[in-house]
Amino acid sequence: MSTVVFFIFAILSIAAAWGVVTSKNIVHSALYLALSFSGVAVLYVLLNADFLAAVQLLIYTGAVSIMVVFAVMLTLRGEVSESNPQNRSWFAGALVSALVFVMIGLVILTNTDWRILAAPWTSGGSAEDMSLLLLTQYMIPFEAAAVLLTIALAGAVILAKGVNESK
Amino acid sequence: MFKEMHDLFQWAWLIPALPFLSFLIIAFVTKRSKRLSSTVSILAILTSLSLAIAIGLGVIQSGAEIVEHPAIVNVNWLNIVGLEIDFGTIIDPLSAMMLFVVALVASMVQIYSLGYMRGDVGWSRYYAYQSLFAASMLGMVIATNLLQLFIFWELVGLCSYLLIGFWYFKVSAREAAKKAFITTRVGDFGLLLGMLFLYTKFGTLDFAALSAALNTNFQDVAVIGTVGYVTVMAFLVFMGPIGKSGQFPLHVWLPDAMEGPTPVSALIHAATMVVAGVYLVARMYFLFDHASPAALQFIAGLGAFTAIFSASIAIAQDDIKRILAFSTLSQLGYMMFALGVGSLTASMFHLMTHAFFKALMFLAAGSVIIALHHKQDIWEMGGLWKKMPITGTTFFIGVLAISGVPPFAGFWSKDEILAHALHNGHPIIYAVGLFTAFLTAFYMCRLFFVVFMGPEKKENHTKESPWSMTIPLMILAFFSVFGGFVALPEHNFAFYVHYGEFHHEPIAWGLAGISVVAGLLGIGLAYVIYVTKAISAENVVARFPGIYKLLKNKYYIDEIFLWLIHNIMDGLGKVLYWFDIYIVDGIVNGLALITRGSGKVLRRTNTGQLQTYAMVFFFAVVVIFMVFAFGEGQLAALNPLATLGGVK
Amino acid sequence: MNLANFSVGLSTYLLVGAMLFSLGLYGVFSRRNIVAILMSIELMLNAVNINFVAFNRFIWNQKIDVHYILTGHVAALFVIVVAAAEVAVGLALVITIYRNRQTANVDEFNWLKW
Repeated sequence: MSTVVFFIFAILSIAAAWGVVTSKNIVHSALYLALSFSGVAVLYVLLNADFLAAVQLLIYTGAVSIMVVFAVMLTLRGEVSESNPQNRSWFAGALVSALVFVMIGLVILTNTDWRILAAPWTSGGSAEDMSLLLLTQYMIPFEAAAVLLTIALAGAVILAKGVNESK
Repeated sequence: MFKEMHDLFQWAWLIPALPFLSFLIIAFVTKRSKRLSSTVSILAILTSLSLAIAIGLGVIQSGAEIVEHPAIVNVNWLNIVGLEIDFGTIIDPLSAMMLFVVALVASMVQIYSLGYMRGDVGWSRYYAYQSLFAASMLGMVIATNLLQLFIFWELVGLCSYLLIGFWYFKVSAREAAKKAFITTRVGDFGLLLGMLFLYTKFGTLDFAALSAALNTNFQDVAVIGTVGYVTVMAFLVFMGPIGKSGQFPLHVWLPDAMEGPTPVSALIHAATMVVAGVYLVARMYFLFDHASPAALQFIAGLGAFTAIFSASIAIAQDDIKRILAFSTLSQLGYMMFALGVGSLTASMFHLMTHAFFKALMFLAAGSVIIALHHKQDIWEMGGLWKKMPITGTTFFIGVLAISGVPPFAGFWSKDEILAHALHNGHPIIYAVGLFTAFLTAFYMCRLFFVVFMGPEKKENHTKESPWSMTIPLMILAFFSVFGGFVALPEHNFAFYVHYGEFHHEPIAWGLAGISVVAGLLGIGLAYVIYVTKAISAENVVARFPGIYKLLKNKYYIDEIFLWLIHNIMDGLGKVLYWFDIYIVDGIVNGLALITRGSGKVLRRTNTGQLQTYAMVFFFAVVVIFMVFAFGEGQLAALNPLATLGGVK
Repeated sequence: MNLANFSVGLSTYLLVGAMLFSLGLYGVFSRRNIVAILMSIELMLNAVNINFVAFNRFIWNQKIDVHYILTGHVAALFVIVVAAAEVAVGLALVITIYRNRQTANVDEFNWLKW
């Protein structure tokens, strides 16, 4: 059962990712992105990372994708249907990324130490355990992340507001 | 006695040094003062003449010793690894004779020039060049090695160029000077090659050392190489004399060299420079002797051919100096073929006597030219003997000498050449020489009769030349009369100047008589045609118009050379031009194109586009990964990524 | 492999991550619109997250002292945080550039070569 689900949503994610990078219409790309994120969220659930799946949905599909759509709106020029053209050297790019994939694939597939079967997880959510880790062992990165977000917020506002020409 | 003489011979280097010093003084100090220039120059050459006479007397007194052991002084000049050149002087009978001849003729010419060049703007320059030439020629005849000789050889050529083109405002003079220099250069190229060969093979260019090497080691093939190798060297060395001494086909510069002042023609192109080639062959005679007989036969054949070739042209010329020029070429041919048939003595003897009477005749011709205000066509002259007795008499002496009439000098030397030709087994060359003697007598007497005899032309107002010009004529006439008697005594010319073993040969009076008859026949024919006019020259010309045209135009050799140069060399020039444009320029431009092209390609790495950079970055990552993963040759193993570890 | 017994293991998840990563990489190389490039970068970050979580799942699958060990999740969480911040700032930058140059075509952002 879980295998079937996995395959459906894995293929969904990958197909959506394919759509992101090949669509000529940038709005379509943005929407495909949101779809891919959602697929990945399901994969998280399958990996017993329910908290993370919720975070993924909230932040990625809920905030990041919307921000991307906003940015698309603000920087759109010309026809929407042609707003995401290919590069001149797309073939080289395809080649390199294929090579990278082959490389990673080699590593993955030739390593005999991966466990095929994982023992089933006993019940229990992960939020509790996650928060424990965050507030004890990874306290400092947690606070740092908070600071980062604040600064990013401020910075984005300043950047987006623009600078007036000083007289 | 020899020791005292030897001390005298140490000072031989002064003989060329004094005129050279005079050249420097004139060029840098006394250029403005005409009188000072000529005084310095003449003083220098007269001093050299006295020294030369002293040395000559010393040589004669040394007798047989000087022949066996010439006085050689050598100073090491250049000593680099692989190259050792000395500078030195050699006094042996040959060089002593040459010193005397050159110094005498040079001093006579310089004194004569006081009268001839009077009023000329370039007086100081003229005397400077004269001094330089005297220094160079004198330096050449006492050179001890081939390189030193070659240096002076080139200097002499330079002076010839400067003096032929002395009146440089005349286009014909400039052209003639260039022609002389370039033509002799062609010969010098061969000479240089020969020198290189000699140096490579023997490691030395010294005459004595080369002679010793060739003489002693001739049996040793490994040392000398084959006879063929020596023959090649001999031919190459001979190319220099072909150019310098006007053998066919490089004779073309000598008639044109008559553009220079007549004293210059007398000195350089009659008596001294042109015999430099003959002198070189005489000095290097050991080389020709050890080469295959083909070398000497070639010299003999070429010399004989040049003799008759030039004589045939001379009978159809009308310019007084050109006739004399071809006569010089013809006599040079005599000297060459004398060397070719094996008689160094006869050749050198003729060199000496020819210097006297040819210089005499040139100077006399100059006297005539000046008297007639630079007219040179013999048909515009006539009956000059009455007005110019000294010139006429001396010229007549010269004519008799060159025609081989006894007891004048030319008889002894020419007879010796012909006798040796026949005795050494060259009957054809003997016949050619004999016929040329007939022709020589004919055209010289033709010249004399037309210029000095017959009716005077009304427009010519002549008088005898000043003493500065007639005294040298008389001195040279003296030597033309008595110069041949050096063949007579016990220790005659042959005793001193010879190659190899000395055999006292009695004079062959029979053969001598035959050559005298040939000369008299020539004189007679000229008399008949030009004095009594019994045979009309015009009729003869009308009967053989083609031959006459051929002779008058010097066999069209100049035109052939021009055609060769224009067609062959220009054609070659076009080929090389193509080569230069497409291949050489192509290479250079190709380099530039490669640079530009590679620049164009490499420019793409620096586009400023981040995506390109990112692509390259990741590609590098892949490459590094591959190197690490498969680098140790573990491709065959099932797990080539063991280095990347796994997850426990 | 017997299809009946097939169950998804670590390598499968890793392959999915690898594919997402490569696709994102391709997007970075071949898109002209800068927003599209940023989207592709998000894809790559997602792939990384999948890796983290998958490894976490397959390594620590026991409770240790009552709690699971969720280091991988924490890492993934921080990646998300950083990604969000980066997207915010990045898009703000894009908007600024657009305001200046009136273009979002990354081919025209070629000032890095002088």
